Amino acid sequence: MKNKQQVLQLTVSYIVILAMITIILYPILWIVGSSFNPGNSLSGSSIIPENATLKHYKELFDREQSDYLLWYWNTIKICILTMLFSVSLVSMTAYSFSRFRFIGRKNGLMTFLILQMIPNFAALIAIYALANLTGLLDTHLALILVYTGGAIPMNTYLMKGYLDTIPKELDESARMDGAGNFRIFWQIVMPLAKPMIAVISLFTFITPFTDFILARILLRTEEKFTLAVGLYELIADQFGNEFTLFAAGSVLIAIPISLLFLSLQKYFVSGLTAGGTKG
Amino acid sequence: MGERQPKMNDEQQNRPSKYRNKKEPQSMTNHRKIAFVLSIIPGFGQFYNKQWLKGTAFFILTASFFIAFSDLLQFGFWGLFTLGTDPNYDHSIVLLVEGILTLIITVLGLGIFAFNLRDAFKVGKQRDYNKQPNSIRQQYQNLVGGGFPYLMMTPGFLLLVFVVIFPILFVILLSFTNYDLYHSPPANLVEWVGVQNFIDIFQIPIWRDTFFSVLAWTVIWTFGATTLQIALGVFLAVLMNQKGIIFQKTIRTIFILPWAVPAFVSILVFAGMFNETFGTINRDILAVFGLGDVPWLTNPTYTKMALIMIQTWLGFPFIFAMVTGVLQSIPNELYEAADVDGASIFQKFRNITLPLVLYATAPILITQYTFNFNNFNVIFLFNGGGPAVPDQNAGGTDILISWIYNLTMTSAQYGKAAAITMILSLIVITVALWQFRRTKSFQEEDMM
Repeated sequence: MKNKQQVLQLTVSYIVILAMITIILYPILWIVGSSFNPGNSLSGSSIIPENATLKHYKELFDREQSDYLLWYWNTIKICILTMLFSVSLVSMTAYSFSRFRFIGRKNGLMTFLILQMIPNFAALIAIYALANLTGLLDTHLALILVYTGGAIPMNTYLMKGYLDTIPKELDESARMDGAGNFRIFWQIVMPLAKPMIAVISLFTFITPFTDFILARILLRTEEKFTLAVGLYELIADQFGNEFTLFAAGSVLIAIPISLLFLSLQKYFVSGLTAGGTKG
Repeated sequence: MGERQPKMNDEQQNRPSKYRNKKEPQSMTNHRKIAFVLSIIPGFGQFYNKQWLKGTAFFILTASFFIAFSDLLQFGFWGLFTLGTDPNYDHSIVLLVEGILTLIITVLGLGIFAFNLRDAFKVGKQRDYNKQPNSIRQQYQNLVGGGFPYLMMTPGFLLLVFVVIFPILFVILLSFTNYDLYHSPPANLVEWVGVQNFIDIFQIPIWRDTFFSVLAWTVIWTFGATTLQIALGVFLAVLMNQKGIIFQKTIRTIFILPWAVPAFVSILVFAGMFNETFGTINRDILAVFGLGDVPWLTNPTYTKMALIMIQTWLGFPFIFAMVTGVLQSIPNELYEAADVDGASIFQKFRNITLPLVLYATAPILITQYTFNFNNFNVIFLFNGGGPAVPDQNAGGTDILISWIYNLTMTSAQYGKAAAITMILSLIVITVALWQFRRTKSFQEEDMM
């Protein structure tokens, strides 16, 4: 009796699991199939193309025919610079908040708490107008600055929370041995904060990578585009006439990022659970 | 040299309260008040306290502040109040930006001034109680030790002021102007219009209708999509946590996949799948059931359904991963005890699993709602907020943030867009504050 019920339960479970796997994998297989499709559009194609071809991938890698490689390079450059700037600024700010009691600390923390609630693209009108006035429109610098600034409040909170768990006695004993403030920060606290530095590096790398709206507002010329904007233009401009090219482009983004993500997934979960936001 | 600094900082902060508690004997002199009043001209209070170097520093700082910024201060405030008088010479938006800059500089100046007053008062008080004011050497040490956190924070703080706080101030001020296509520099001036934008949004029929229909869909979207993704995530996590499921690890990895692929890629792929001419949904899947021509992208209702399904697909893996973690930490004894009492699967889920999961994840679930409230990517990349609908100036599936984007980037209604941004921020901040007041970090020692 009990056994029969368990078998039934497991059978239903497997049916649900199979259905979910289909729903998850279908779009992925479809786009992979499309990318090998010989035609430019999809009319008359099937999910497993008959004359599979790599020509769309070749076209993407051909600098004469497409800016795709340039977009890839732009995106990686912006992401890495944002990551480096954010991690340094966040570590320094969080260290001050965690280790010192100074005038304005409480107000500073409150400001950060409120700022991290408003997504920074909410002020998109201002960002656009300001970039326009300062001549930073259509530059990667503007984008990096906006991403870095936007990353500070939330990540500082994450980092401060982690630094608070590192015992202050370590600082004290280093001080006894004659280490200065900066040396304690650099040689004692930062090495111990490596796990959180990893989480913040990941977040500040992946946020610019997946951002669309700010890049779309600030970047104007095709050579400056990031992958998100470029890919969108590829599909929006041509009304699906170059869908297969777009498909190949998508596959080339999805594979490395998914692998990176899956190998570092536990950092994402722990970071998001601590910070309470989705990047 | 450095070793005593933190303690000194602590002492300094605690000093006022200590004095209050201890009830020091009344002193005969009143240096603190005299020093306080004198330092209305910065530096003079310090001179009175015989701290010549510090006084000179304050005085020079103030003087140079006024010399360097007097033009900007005058011009900045003039610009901020008038937004320009002659369209041939004045660019209202430049004036507005300079005005905000002036405001920030003024606040900084006032901060230094308040610090000067406080310093004079404190040193005067030390003299009242016959304590030696700090020597120059001690002052220097104080500055280096106490200044370190400020030094560390300055770069991050400056960036924050210019790319986050500055834009926020700009939007707030912009929402009280008539900046739009017809009032835009360099040909025309922008004017202050008070709360006219807000009144317009609620009174002019087309704006009012659009606003409320967009708001209604934003709310439905937020609750519908988020609740579905949470429900599916929790359900699958519980399902996968059963004993006897084979390939558990592989299946879990597959379930995480939609989260691993960058969202903008998946959304654009879905836009292709739902396409009415070549998309696979109509052509390959629904055709099997004889329903080959569902207007996914041209009928608002179908677009909305598609959007909610897509967001569920995109959003459930995070919940799934998180809840899986929580489930593995629930002690097995709870379920064994329930088995002894003869509880059904459903009862066990309702009375053990669900409360524990919700308790552990509530704050993060709420951020999922605020995230979807502002989920521009899905709405814009799938169908551009469309399809267009008659009698309103937003698309049929526009949520507030994508409507703001369109008002800014395509119809140049900057003032109105700023006003709507204010309303949106108000909603987000209210929800977020309500949530944070319930979380620990807000109440603990740390916030002090």
